[in-house]
Amino acid sequence: MATLSSSSAKPLSTHHAPWMSHIALVLQAVAALALAILILLPVLWMVTTSLKTTVDTFAIPPVLVFKPTLEHYEALRAEGAVFRGLLNSLIVASASTLLSIALGAPAAYVLARFNFKGKADLWFWIISNRFISPIVVALPFFLVARNLQLLDSHLALVLVYLTFGVPLVVWLCVDQFRAVPTEVDEAARVDGANLWQTFFRINLPLAAPGIAVAGILTFIASWNELLFALVLTRAAARTVPVEAANFMTGFGIRWGPMMATGTLIVLPVLIFALIASRSLVRGLTIGAVK
Amino acid sequence: MLRRVNWPAVALITPAVIALLAVGIYPLLFVLDVSLRQYQLTKPYLGTDYVGLQNYLSVLNDGLFWGSLGRTALFFLLAVPAEVVLGTLIALFVDGTRCRLCSAVLRVMLVLPIAMTPTVTGLIGRLLFNRDFGLVNYLLSLVGVEPIAWLGEPEPAMITIALMDIWQWTPFVALVMLSGLALVPQDVRESGHLDAGYGWHFFRNIQMPYLLPGLTAVLILRTVDILKLFDMVFVLTRGGPGVSTELVSVYIQRVGFRIFDMGVASAQAILLLVLCIVLSRAYVRFFYRQIEA
Repeated sequence: MATLSSSSAKPLSTHHAPWMSHIALVLQAVAALALAILILLPVLWMVTTSLKTTVDTFAIPPVLVFKPTLEHYEALRAEGAVFRGLLNSLIVASASTLLSIALGAPAAYVLARFNFKGKADLWFWIISNRFISPIVVALPFFLVARNLQLLDSHLALVLVYLTFGVPLVVWLCVDQFRAVPTEVDEAARVDGANLWQTFFRINLPLAAPGIAVAGILTFIASWNELLFALVLTRAAARTVPVEAANFMTGFGIRWGPMMATGTLIVLPVLIFALIASRSLVRGLTIGAVK
Repeated sequence: MLRRVNWPAVALITPAVIALLAVGIYPLLFVLDVSLRQYQLTKPYLGTDYVGLQNYLSVLNDGLFWGSLGRTALFFLLAVPAEVVLGTLIALFVDGTRCRLCSAVLRVMLVLPIAMTPTVTGLIGRLLFNRDFGLVNYLLSLVGVEPIAWLGEPEPAMITIALMDIWQWTPFVALVMLSGLALVPQDVRESGHLDAGYGWHFFRNIQMPYLLPGLTAVLILRTVDILKLFDMVFVLTRGGPGVSTELVSVYIQRVGFRIFDMGVASAQAILLLVLCIVLSRAYVRFFYRQIEA
């Protein structure tokens, strides 16, 4: 590490003697390590607690070396509710993601390629859903779903998740389609392709990696959602965040199963986040940056 | 002048528009309608007649509603300045460090808290801040601090939810600021170092102008997201003890789905929506004027 010092770019302190810059480098590495621990510790604490026996969980001082047990995961499997919740979450998040892409990607293509009156307003309206508090949508959605007998169904959740899924896909995919050169469209038109063919056969495949990233972020947002799921489901369609929140009710918290549930929830999310890490911030700043 | 309508393009964009009208605009109109009605789900015999602005009046006279807004503002003041300062410092460190491995590893790590399920962040908070066996009290005991009932007392509970929010969202600020710092051109950077050295002057005169748009974005989004914040707090404290951590979205959820007074909850939701719009507009005006000036 120390060997790439002097000549490489971005020196913090070239005006000091070389040995001082080596010390600075070591200090920086220590600071980085401390920061990494601070970021990771809460997650690691959850994961290790999910693998500890109940006795070890309550130990003071905390046991750092212990014999891991899968007993809490076994308990969750035997009870079934959390695994059903995971399945419900998978169904709802996948369906709402696919639907968001099916609706959002063509709209993004049109917004990226065509100029028409009111385009800026339309775009802003789609994006402005980011600023609407879910509780505003949850109240009427609950009443409508109750009247239509859609409470506790996957469909109600899939539909309500479009309120953030479609804007997110549009926001991210407009960039993707803008990156496809317009010459490609013109060449296709010269060859006799109509707009739909140009979109489905040429632009869609070219923008596919970006659309996949938009899909991953939509999936994460749907998977993580609690408020709508809490309000719109009862038992059959309950998603896993609702199951996790339910550990907090009743007497005596079952820490092991609760932390095992938390681990099962975040595992896929963290993997997806690493895959889509470069677009995560772009996705989150929807509507607030140019 | 007659414009030729591009029907295939219209066909591509219309489904998204219809979907958002159905799931975005229709509920807004519905909630506006309900907010003007007497609408108590637990008392169906009262009917659902229009009552004019009565729900709004009762919200404006509701001390708990104002209290929840006040707590939300307090939470914002506890969490966001810390997130902005720490996030900016982390960004400057990751951008400036010569330890390239550190920079690369931290860029990856910073992503993790942002993607975490807020519900699980709440669960982790329960674990870390447990009075009897939580890691936080254990670490404090090493320096001689008596165990604190973090979730049992009003002020510590507020600090707990703020700390979990800081853990989850400081990395977001850091990554936004990092993308701002990446825009400083290399030649400006180099001549800046010659003119302003490496300390405060370099930050103030060279780097800060590139951070202001990101700061605006962060303030808008944190404001809106804290007004929306429900899941992490719901799981960690349920708004308690008492109502001491009941932020505005948690309170509206309670009125709507535990007291089932839909009329009043709808009026509260409309007021919250107006607040979101006004605040984000105000930020944009204020900060973009600063940048253009």
